[in-house]
Amino acid sequence: MSAPTAAQSPSAQALRDAFGAAIERVEVSCGDTIVYVSRERIHDVLAWLKETPTQDFDYLTDVTAVDYRDAERPLEVVWQLRSLARKADLRVKVRLDKDGPLDVPTCWDLWRGANWLEREVFDMFGVNFAGHPDMRRILMWETYQEGFPLRKDFPLRGHFSRAEQTRQALAVNPEAHYSLEELATADAYRNLPQDMRERLRRGERGGPE
Amino acid sequence: MSGTRQVEFTVGTPGLDAQGRPVVSPLGVALTDTGEFETAGHFDEMFGAEPMMVNIGPQHPATHGVLRLVVELEGETVKRCIPHIGYLHSGFEKLAEYRQYNQIIPLTDRTDYLAPMANNVCLALAVEKLMGLEVTERCQVLRVVACEMSRVIAHLVWLGTTGIDLGAYTPFLWAFQERERIYNLQEAWTGARLTTSVTRVGGMMADVPDGWDEALGRFCRSFPATLDEVDSMFTRNSIWCGRTQGVGALSAGEAINYSLSGPMLRASGVDYDVRKDRPYLGYETYDFDVPVGEHGDIYDRYLVRMEEMRQSVRILEQAVERLKKLRGAPVNVSDPRVILPPKSRAMSDMEAMIFHFKQVMEGVKPPAGEAYMGVENPKGELGYYFVSDGTAKPVRWRIRPPSFLNLAALPRLCEGALLSDVIAINASVDIVMGEIDR
Repeated sequence: MSAPTAAQSPSAQALRDAFGAAIERVEVSCGDTIVYVSRERIHDVLAWLKETPTQDFDYLTDVTAVDYRDAERPLEVVWQLRSLARKADLRVKVRLDKDGPLDVPTCWDLWRGANWLEREVFDMFGVNFAGHPDMRRILMWETYQEGFPLRKDFPLRGHFSRAEQTRQALAVNPEAHYSLEELATADAYRNLPQDMRERLRRGERGGPE
Repeated sequence: MSGTRQVEFTVGTPGLDAQGRPVVSPLGVALTDTGEFETAGHFDEMFGAEPMMVNIGPQHPATHGVLRLVVELEGETVKRCIPHIGYLHSGFEKLAEYRQYNQIIPLTDRTDYLAPMANNVCLALAVEKLMGLEVTERCQVLRVVACEMSRVIAHLVWLGTTGIDLGAYTPFLWAFQERERIYNLQEAWTGARLTTSVTRVGGMMADVPDGWDEALGRFCRSFPATLDEVDSMFTRNSIWCGRTQGVGALSAGEAINYSLSGPMLRASGVDYDVRKDRPYLGYETYDFDVPVGEHGDIYDRYLVRMEEMRQSVRILEQAVERLKKLRGAPVNVSDPRVILPPKSRAMSDMEAMIFHFKQVMEGVKPPAGEAYMGVENPKGELGYYFVSDGTAKPVRWRIRPPSFLNLAALPRLCEGALLSDVIAINASVDIVMGEIDR
């Protein structure tokens, strides 16, 4: 899988020179250069790639994650970067041990486009982006209980039985979706008292029964 | 709440006054305020300090799908706009992990359902990149035709529905009439109007039927007349200009920072088109231009998309000529690892039958590795990212959805706009919920 160094993007060598041991591995797959970075330095690396004039990766194409079928293999968070002016691409990855905390710093401060992309990775894989202003689920609903759907240990039909899924769907109070309170929960969820957060998490919405 | 809302006429009409300054006509309602509402607290007293919350959607024609917008208003000005998505989430990326590569193609039909053929092409290209396959020349031309036809119909839907959102019903009918002609062509080619599934890894599901290229040529000749009609209705229409010029504008730097793509990015003045900047399918051999806007507002997005349709017709005309030249040339690669043998041979030749069996039962097996393939879809850059472990089913199929990222900028675009502008801005983003929610 790994090709001769000649095929690598010149950014990979520049990263090695600038960050040394924080660059764990460089790989080439199907012509794309992949740089594995240690979790501690990932934000510095992304900021360096964006701000350095010779690199100029001004466009964040995508943020996603990969969970391999091999349960031993760490989960990978993937950033696809692009320099519009230089017409160059670079893929940056961080490997997260599934036993440890799934935690990486956000790059929302560098690219606003990361906002929803990181929320989706959180929603689907449970990776927390520290420092993200609005780390909520995005495609699944806020009170979704079954876990993180794109993990390999998540069965195709979900963790719960169909009956339980139906019960939860029916227990939701749709009126709660149309209130000023909901506007507030959008950004103040973390400031809510503990018991209210518990109730929201359990799926009870919209006040007294 | 105060000030005069002025609308520039510099884009649509080449109007300059004697001194060479652009003509600025105050189309919007002039809010020459009397100071009545300026008194601190007076506003609160009259309307209450509570901001008003307006819920738009998820079941509302102006949200272009099951999108829900929660808008916080102060008077008629938007303080905050929060989109809620996920109503159409179907877990396509998860489903793909349980399917062979060719079986994923029907899923791509259902993501951006306004341009199914372009999605099919992207999927085939991504898997071919993973396998290092090179498709035949005729196949490349057919795929270019598929992509550009998709661009035309997707932009026509955008044109018609945006017209309706801003109060113009007739151009919608013209647009959909033309769209119907392309749907007929798609039906003649694939047997389906919407769920086309036209590509296969290493080739196409079918070649076009006899006489099809002439029919496409007829469409290319007569379609620009409809564009001219729409152009005469919209481009210099004072209501249209007043509703769109200077509304929902985004600078080039911000558009890049928000990872916008496609017409949204180009309307803001960023000259980036995947077809030009990292060509695929031999786009570098076609003669076409990429329109780029200047102001980044709704009006420029309109102009960019209108011009893109004309450019697509240019590409289609060149492709029709190439199809005529390549008549009878092979469409599929001659590689039994990826392409089914002809039925007649599978039934008479032992080896072909084995290949047929292995193809159907096991499917295409790319080597372990990963590939990202980005193409210029009507909505923007669609990217498929595959991770393979060497088996017939992908470890990960990631869709980089252009509408998802374009919609993510909506709260920014709506800041300080009027409530009625939210509808216009949302229409100009040109979203398709099947792709956003996946």
